[in-house]
Amino acid sequence: MKISEKVKSQSVDPASREILQLAADQEIETVWNRLEKQQPQCGFGELGLCCRICAMGPCRIDPFGEGAQKGACGATADTIVARHLVRMIAGGAAAHSDHGRRPALLLKEIAEGHNQDYTIKDPKKLKAIAGRLGLNTENRDIKELALEVATIALNDFGKQDENTLAFVKAYAPKKRLARWQKIADDLSALSEKTIGILPRGIDREIVDIMHRTHFGVDHGPLSLIAQGVRAAIGDGWGGSLIATELQDVIFGTPKIREATANLGVLDKEQVNIVVHGHEPVLSEKIVELAATEKMQELARAQGAKGVNVVGMCCTGNEILMRHGVPIAGNELQQELAIITGAVELMSVDVQCIFPALAELSQCFHTHFVATSDQAAFPGSIHIQFEEDKANLCAERIVTMAVKNFINRKPERVQIPAFTSQAMVGFSVEAILEALGGTPEPLLDAIKSGAIKGVVGIVGCNNPKVTHDYYHIELAKALIAKDILVIGSGCWAIAAAKAGLMQVETAKDAGPGLQQVCEALKIPPCLHMGSCVDCSRMLVLAGALADTLGVDIDDLPLVGSAPEWLTEKAISIGTFFVASGVSVHLWPMPPIAGGAQVTEILTETAEEVFGGAFFVEEDPLKAAEKMAEIIAGKRLALGL
Amino acid sequence: MKELLIRAERCLGCRSCELACAVEHSTGKSLLSAINEKPQPQYRVHVTSDGNSSLPLQCRNCEDAPCLTACLAGALHRDARGVVLCNSDLCIGCWMCLMVCPFGIISQNHNERRIVKCDRCPDREIPACVTACPSGALVYREINQESREKRQQVLKKLQTPSAK
Repeated sequence: MKISEKVKSQSVDPASREILQLAADQEIETVWNRLEKQQPQCGFGELGLCCRICAMGPCRIDPFGEGAQKGACGATADTIVARHLVRMIAGGAAAHSDHGRRPALLLKEIAEGHNQDYTIKDPKKLKAIAGRLGLNTENRDIKELALEVATIALNDFGKQDENTLAFVKAYAPKKRLARWQKIADDLSALSEKTIGILPRGIDREIVDIMHRTHFGVDHGPLSLIAQGVRAAIGDGWGGSLIATELQDVIFGTPKIREATANLGVLDKEQVNIVVHGHEPVLSEKIVELAATEKMQELARAQGAKGVNVVGMCCTGNEILMRHGVPIAGNELQQELAIITGAVELMSVDVQCIFPALAELSQCFHTHFVATSDQAAFPGSIHIQFEEDKANLCAERIVTMAVKNFINRKPERVQIPAFTSQAMVGFSVEAILEALGGTPEPLLDAIKSGAIKGVVGIVGCNNPKVTHDYYHIELAKALIAKDILVIGSGCWAIAAAKAGLMQVETAKDAGPGLQQVCEALKIPPCLHMGSCVDCSRMLVLAGALADTLGVDIDDLPLVGSAPEWLTEKAISIGTFFVASGVSVHLWPMPPIAGGAQVTEILTETAEEVFGGAFFVEEDPLKAAEKMAEIIAGKRLALGL
Repeated sequence: MKELLIRAERCLGCRSCELACAVEHSTGKSLLSAINEKPQPQYRVHVTSDGNSSLPLQCRNCEDAPCLTACLAGALHRDARGVVLCNSDLCIGCWMCLMVCPFGIISQNHNERRIVKCDRCPDREIPACVTACPSGALVYREINQESREKRQQVLKKLQTPSAK
């Protein structure tokens, strides 16, 4: 198949290129076409200078100084930019944390015996969490303990006192906790206004943002950003962390395993079900039900060889990490999967799901099934998922997929013959196990300089960046510099597809990292899970810091979201920075219109938290900058 | 020759043309670098609005341009494209051009007592304001093509039975 230059500029992934070319030839619309039709995009929006908060607006600030320099209410450029930015954090923190609420509620239901469809698969992890929370774990009934843990988690969402979240206190390293308190005290003294950094309630900090960004409340860029930080900490060390930890309890903590990635995991001879979105609660059941003899038999009766469930985006990452279920692709491949003509059914839950899938699926035989009460997609089939009837719901979905096999049009099927093997499942527990039970070997490798430092790459594809290009080039450049790369979300899928998660890839790493990888039999790029699993990276960083008796910002760590798109990525970036890890972003977030906001995020944050944001378009330059930051931290540690 | 035409009924007042004009007249030629340049780049198209409707106005490059006649310093001249340009070395800031301009599109350079006006983007095939317009309120096309299309529209209106 001849691939046009245009398609080559859209993606570096060979499987995606093949389907994009097919789409171009058949004039099937994709996100790239729609983005093209959005050009030119609004410059005021790009700079963060458009305020739509009240009905005097929309107000815009002229970045060239000639027109309005204040909104109708008198809000300056920095006020408008800061308000918009922290509302993005609120959106991101809300998405992650509301996701976390679901396993917390489910754990309570299981513990109380109200839900028979799920069980506690990892009591060991439950005990570990309970131990961290200071609960007595000796000779305890598991369900009783589960209820206590779930109650503390749910309390962290909705509690109304001024105390710090229980989960933040239990998981954040001691020095960082003390640092956050000191930062709040210092900022309060400096501004003569109370400024809080430690989160009191996960939901409360998000509501607080919505309140203070309402017309006529908080106008101070520093005050606003501090609240953004507070909500983001409530996400990273709260909501996201609760999601990860309690999902591990219910579904099992990921262990190292082999899996397959890319569109080639779709099977020409089987019923293909793609599960897409972010939550594992239903998809776990779909995987379970599809594997039953009843469903496999039903598939054979329809002329298929069986039922093949594959993942997409972070729902995919969840079941990839826990069961090694093949993953069909990341965010920009959701439409491409349907265009292969081989998908009987795509089941979606929440987050990062294009509404365009509804119309697209109608051009194929694919059933596009929405399942969440929070997510309607006009044109989709809606099968309402309820946790206490999970088996029934999953069976309905799998049956619907199987019965759709006969409607597949073989002449329209084009499955790209591209897959890659990947070693996945690097939960903190799995990493520690690979290291022999303690973080010491990793710390020794860092101390000796075999590993210079660690970069965590996260989140998203964005059609403004050539699909997967930045993810892959950045990771390659870093491992060549003896920097271990860990990560989650769409980056992890990109790295898996590009073959960066194989032990053999260690040969492309620098000599030090190569030696470590070969000794431990791990790849130089580690898949740590879905985007809520960014909390795993925090926990790992915390464990390293506590073992060394230092703070996180002393460690040679850097974060990056090089193809970011969602509000969640802004929240992730903010909790990394707040935790003392500098974060690289590309594309530019909508803050450039506010000089003071930009200064706070890129300079002041470094002084306050020990980490700041930086923006860089070129992957090699970004890798250089990260190596510089790491070298600086190593020097300060005396390494 | 192509002309820069305005379809006022399509203007949403978004001022994207102003931003694009300033970026085009900056050193870095990107929005992110332009906003921090000193001296600040200036736009030469002005979205004028009365709350009900908006009009993105820029130099019309009139054939019998009053500004050309009024410029005693000889700073204003017409180039091969037919565009009226200002040689700022010669401009004495007398504002005669501004006073005689029927459209008010001459403005002051922020940093000196000299004029700033549209140069119709000499480095571009299509002026930046036209490319930036998301609603098609600014078009760059041959006059004959525009009038042909307008006549077609008139014809369409007359053929509609409901047209009174």
